[in-house]
Amino acid sequence: MAEKIEITEEFNAVIGVQSDPWIHEVTTTSVRAFARGVGYSDPVYFDEEAAKAAGYRSLPCPPTYLGTPVFIPGLSNDTFSGPKNTGPSLNHGLKNVLDGGAETEYFADICAGDTLSVTSCCSDLSIRESKTTGQMLIVTSESTYTNQEGQVVAKQRGQGLFY
Amino acid sequence: MPLTWNAFDEGSALPELQKAPGVTQLVKYAAGGGDFNPLHHDFAFPQSKTLGSIIIHGRFKYAALGELVSNWLDHGGRIRTLSCQYRGMDLPDQPMVLGGTVTRKWEEGGEKLAEVKLFVNNAGGKNTTPGSAVVVLNN
Repeated sequence: MAEKIEITEEFNAVIGVQSDPWIHEVTTTSVRAFARGVGYSDPVYFDEEAAKAAGYRSLPCPPTYLGTPVFIPGLSNDTFSGPKNTGPSLNHGLKNVLDGGAETEYFADICAGDTLSVTSCCSDLSIRESKTTGQMLIVTSESTYTNQEGQVVAKQRGQGLFY
Repeated sequence: MPLTWNAFDEGSALPELQKAPGVTQLVKYAAGGGDFNPLHHDFAFPQSKTLGSIIIHGRFKYAALGELVSNWLDHGGRIRTLSCQYRGMDLPDQPMVLGGTVTRKWEEGGEKLAEVKLFVNNAGGKNTTPGSAVVVLNN
């Protein structure tokens, strides 16, 4: 349990600093793999004819799926599959982490064939008192997804709870 | 049938979705979603041993709430925002009931919008993953 967490100037300096972009691919195979993983039976996420009949260009991304990050050994995280370098890190020294939640905001449709360029940053820091873990540092990360036409199609925010 | 604006009201319930993902389903999700944390498939992993079981990915439940909303819309509209908070762990092979209720229905800037509150109830009836979504209807 952390004694006392303080949001220092050094921490605040990290807020808003964007990572280098990383490519996420959306392919018919990757959409099917995700839809199968969740357990969908809706043919629109598997069958291109069904997707076109429903008004999409190709298989649409199921909700929360925003492409598969290109995996390159050494540059990618072997456990979580994303890039290792996601911008400046916070040296808070807290050992434990919980996933607090996620939010996705959509601005346009995303379909198989799209290539998304993704940047991420720490967008907010706060401290919360928890009865079970004491003080927790809440780190909100925001990723921005820009398609091959240069259009921002989605933003996803996630909260890491460090204690 | 794609959902239409006149087919629901504030207070309408979304058709429920039942799931009880086992290890094999979680492995499929890991492959599709890219999260290979052993806590979600390896019973011999130290954190799994400490907890007494592997646990379901929070992101699996988030995606399943997306499936619930997608099934309800049936491509009669699109999701503008979808969020959830992870309040409790869920274990494999345990029945979960996902559902939701329309909490607000309104028109704004020529768009037909609805807000829904979402839940993932575990076998004990506890909502481990409250969520919400805003959707835009086509017709």
